[in-house]
Amino acid sequence: MGGVFRKLGSMAIDMVWQLGFIARFFWLILYYSGQSFTRLRLTIRELYFSGVLSLLIILVSGLFVGLVLGLQGYEILQRYGSTDAMGTMVALSLLRELGPVVAGLLFASRAGSAVTAEIGLMKVTEQLKAMDMMAVSPIARVVAPRFWGGVVSMPLLAAMFSAMGIFGGWLIGVVFIGVDNGAFWSQMQAAVDFRYDVLNGVIKSCAFGVAVALIAVFEGYDCVPTAEGVSRAITRTVVSSALAILALDFVMTSFMFRGL
Amino acid sequence: MNRTTIDLWVGVFVAMGIAALLFLALKVGSISGSEIRSPYTLSAHFDNIGGLKVRAPVKSAGVLVGRVEQIRYDNERFQAEVVFTVDGRYKFPVDTFANILTSGLLGEQYLGLDPGGEEKTLAPGEVIKKTQSAVVLEKLISQFMFGKAADGEPAPAK
Amino acid sequence: MSEPLVSLENVRFAYGERTILRDISLSIPRGKVVAIMGGSGCGKTTLLRLIGGQERAVGGRVLVDGQDVAKLGRDKLYAMRRRMGMLFQFGALFTDISVFDNVAFPLREHTDLPPELINDLVLMKLHAVGLRGAARLMPGELSGGMARRVALARTIALDPMLLMYDEPFTGLDPISLGVIGQLIRRLNDALGASSVIVTHDIQESLQIVDYIYFISEGRVVAEGTPEDIRKTSDPFVHQFVHAEADGPVPFHYPAGDYATALVGGPA
Repeated sequence: MGGVFRKLGSMAIDMVWQLGFIARFFWLILYYSGQSFTRLRLTIRELYFSGVLSLLIILVSGLFVGLVLGLQGYEILQRYGSTDAMGTMVALSLLRELGPVVAGLLFASRAGSAVTAEIGLMKVTEQLKAMDMMAVSPIARVVAPRFWGGVVSMPLLAAMFSAMGIFGGWLIGVVFIGVDNGAFWSQMQAAVDFRYDVLNGVIKSCAFGVAVALIAVFEGYDCVPTAEGVSRAITRTVVSSALAILALDFVMTSFMFRGL
Repeated sequence: MNRTTIDLWVGVFVAMGIAALLFLALKVGSISGSEIRSPYTLSAHFDNIGGLKVRAPVKSAGVLVGRVEQIRYDNERFQAEVVFTVDGRYKFPVDTFANILTSGLLGEQYLGLDPGGEEKTLAPGEVIKKTQSAVVLEKLISQFMFGKAADGEPAPAK
Repeated sequence: MSEPLVSLENVRFAYGERTILRDISLSIPRGKVVAIMGGSGCGKTTLLRLIGGQERAVGGRVLVDGQDVAKLGRDKLYAMRRRMGMLFQFGALFTDISVFDNVAFPLREHTDLPPELINDLVLMKLHAVGLRGAARLMPGELSGGMARRVALARTIALDPMLLMYDEPFTGLDPISLGVIGQLIRRLNDALGASSVIVTHDIQESLQIVDYIYFISEGRVVAEGTPEDIRKTSDPFVHQFVHAEADGPVPFHYPAGDYATALVGGPA
């Protein structure tokens, strides 16, 4: 019996430690962020790696999610004879939930894992220590640019995902099934509120961007410097990012959309 | 990978992201069309608001003129108090009629304003006197079944 | 000679419960090359990290150029590190940039020199290690010995006063080994710097260093010039120099009685 409690206790203590480390690390990143902006080139490079290289998977997935939403939406809406509302359904589900969440999950597994792997390998090969010995802070030089690259990429990718998804829905609805083009757009515009739907979605994606980028750089920087340690860190990045995104999504949704 | 290639791609990436955001804001969300300008507040009391929700549209002659801001229960009058905003460009006479209507048979409920004939218009903060409650489907059906479906008056217990 | 560049006074260090260094006192005189030797895992690398300020001693003092490293604030510590160079065991080159950019890295980070001057300086440093022709290669294309020479060029980019070498001879073929050994000596004399080599390669070290410390179980157990070491009768040093399997450093990890373990089943 005591063993169970002891285990629970040690788990709780470990978790608090971990949270403390992440919070301190986050503070350090912000403290050393100056260089990410004064030497913009460092951050632009990371924008390339986390943003541009994630483009393909985001656009293709967005398109397919939109196509599926279009098909399923049509299937359900036609039972009630309201296929005109297809645009509304596709747009609202993408803007509020699917865009930020699915783009966040894809971003975590595509870019987050790559960042963790890169920083982890730099740690294994002592590059971080070498940098520190050369009087260059690895947090300013390696971690902060990658963090900001992720934070900036994420909302842009989520917006592209949603836009692509709406295009997919339009393709199915208007081009293949023959829903009226005017009804598709006008119903959508009447139902979608800029501040309430679009902006809240963007805020969500920004929050997910911060969470994923922070987890990715932290796991890389904190990993056990062995081959096994790096692979575990990558797994942890993907798993914790996914959990963080879903948990944050729940909390933010309950605050943002409780009126309806 | 040299610098200019990276710059080019990042430029394309950022431009695409901003284009997507603009698309969502203008084409999908229509930032300009449905926005309510310089709104003022009105309120009305109803016996029953049915399924009316906060942020439901306020329409007159089918055109969106405002949104429901707040729904309260007034414990003195035992009625629901609905507070809503109306676009500052539109003025309504003091004898305007407020109805809770349903778009389509199963659609969302909204607040409909039927203007009356008075010269004087409603000032911000004023209360609309004439209201009609939501049609509750169950009541309608039971009235019909008991042969009292004449005038839509709610049948009070004697 | 004036006061030594680096001196350790009764330094004690532990990772949590595990004591690594018990009581170390040694000094590195200016202009000399000093080797610190000992078996694998005896805390030699930790010593370098203490000097570089990446770890703080639990007890005792680490003085570099008269300053107590453990008491320096972050900015002062970084200012001091700019005058130190450390060569890591496997070079620790930045794998995502070219050889040229690796050597240019400290110059670009710490100076505002114009690009032409940086270009000249980098080529000079690369020339000093004999790899000017490899400037455009990526670190992945280099052999182990070449990577370490490039790292050496990067280490000396800012003309440091103190050079630290962490196992510079590990995993090299005899020719590369000789090259690195000669470079360490030549660069030290050319730059007027002082060097510390942490290694367990006794034969190579005996040829190039001025003074040797032996560390075992967290203490300095022997010290002296190469001549002293060759002639010594100290059993530990003798075992080390002649690479004997058993001696004061036992072959067996401490364990219970062998016969009992075999007969008595699992311990």
